Amino acid sequence: MYNFEYRQAQSVADAAKAVGADEEAKLLAGGMTLIPTLKQRLAKPSDLIDLGGIAELKGIKREGNAVVIGAMTRHVEVATSDVVKGAIPALSHLAEGIGDPQVRNRGTIGGSIANNDPAADYPAAVLGLNATVITNKRRIAADDFFKAMFETALAADEIVTAVSFPVPEKAGYAKFPNPASRYAVVGVLVARTGGAVRVAVTGAGPVVFRQKEMEAALGKSWSADAIAGVKQSAGGLNSDIHASAEYRAHLVTVMAKRAVAAAG
Amino acid sequence: MATVTLTVNGKSVTATVEPRTLLVQLLREQLALTGTHVGCDTSQCGACVVHVNGDSVKSCTMLAVQANGAQVTTIEGLATGDKLHPMQEAFRENHGLQCGFCTPGMVMSAVDFAKHHKSPTEQQIREWLEGNICRCTGYHNIVKAIKAGTEAMGRTA
Ligand SMILES: Cc1cc2nc3c(=O)[nH]c(=O)nc-3n(C[C@H](O)[C@H](O)[C@H](O)COP(=O)(O)OP(=O)(O)OC[C@H]3O[C@@H](n4cnc5c(N)ncnc54)[C@H](O)[C@@H]3O)c2cc1C
Ligand code: FES
Ligand code: FES
Repeated sequence: MYNFEYRQAQSVADAAKAVGADEEAKLLAGGMTLIPTLKQRLAKPSDLIDLGGIAELKGIKREGNAVVIGAMTRHVEVATSDVVKGAIPALSHLAEGIGDPQVRNRGTIGGSIANNDPAADYPAAVLGLNATVITNKRRIAADDFFKAMFETALAADEIVTAVSFPVPEKAGYAKFPNPASRYAVVGVLVARTGGAVRVAVTGAGPVVFRQKEMEAALGKSWSADAIAGVKQSAGGLNSDIHASAEYRAHLVTVMAKRAVAAAG
Repeated sequence: MATVTLTVNGKSVTATVEPRTLLVQLLREQLALTGTHVGCDTSQCGACVVHVNGDSVKSCTMLAVQANGAQVTTIEGLATGDKLHPMQEAFRENHGLQCGFCTPGMVMSAVDFAKHHKSPTEQQIREWLEGNICRCTGYHNIVKAIKAGTEAMGRTA
């Protein structure tokens, strides 16, 4: 690991100032992605600004018809929260399937979506549940947030403070996990919220995307059978040692059917 | 350099570290607590699991400076004198180890598991061990040990 300076941010404004002032500085959340990256010397930040001490970034609350989750809320907290289990059980199920217990004890929702790994689970929830990403500057709709592989709409000095998830009528998440890391080879979140259906696919492509044909089919009839015949094209999907693009395309339909079945 | 003060196995420690020093390096290299192992550089094997403020975490994927002010428990902090912790005793009784390299992390992970599960199923134990890799045992006796250890901890709690 290259050396760096370390500082605990006192507040969101303090952290924004620190990363704004120095383009080599980086925010540190749970460290479950950033520290392995530093260990491999794949990044060389001048400073790490730790968000770990900012109380206002932590916690889960119900606000009207939405569940609002602070950026520094750890996966274990989303997995075990009574508020989340009651309102959006698919989201607690998703969080419970991330990595392993020790990763869930440190990793955060803000870090996961800011990182936007193509195989991460949370992007499917944010896009599929039509959540709003709240930052220190603005509110960003899910459709505008995930731009490309490891790329989001966030500016360099922009900090995710919370994610607001509208409570759906029905939602389900199913993934085919990589057997070693549990990252999604393919993960699909299906949801019906205020009558509108969304199907978000992670792991399959370079960035999370909506499967509009499945959305249309489920809009007509909410059942696993309704999408059994919808084939995802393999064009542009990821191909690696874990799975070919064709296999991933096949898994999209299989996981979507399972997600609908899980949603009930 | 940075100064960190933390409680390790009940004792207050102050150390001077580089910001890039990992918690596991502080424990092993500066505090000579070599029971905590390093088995990978991809944050996947769990040989380095310790408790930070009661939660099991990978000490290879946490900076020592992030543990400033924390309560840390390592494998060395489990036994009371010569008396093994019930989970250590269960690993011994059930032959839950061969070479022993993964064992400190397994035991620390298992103690955290036991806090959340009173009468665990084999499936729950196997799922919990997602983050602990063992090259030797085939896991079978580890699972048996964790079941026995969890039940024993329930009796003494
Ligand atoms: C063994 C292992 C298995 C894993 N398996 C899975 C899995 O199955 N599914 C899955 O989804 N993930 C998995 N992960 C990743 C894990 O979920 C991480 O916790 C997550 O990707 C990053 O969150 P973090 O809090 O650790 O962020 P960090 O690593 O601290 O930060 C990640 C990036 O986000 C930036 N950042 C952090 N917080 C903010 C913020 N509030 N605003 C703006 N930028 C911010 C940082 O600067 C950094 O660039 C795994 C990780 C490991 C080590
Ligand atoms: S050494 Fe920490 S997970 Fe392998
Ligand atoms: S006993 Fe040898 S690695 Fe587990």
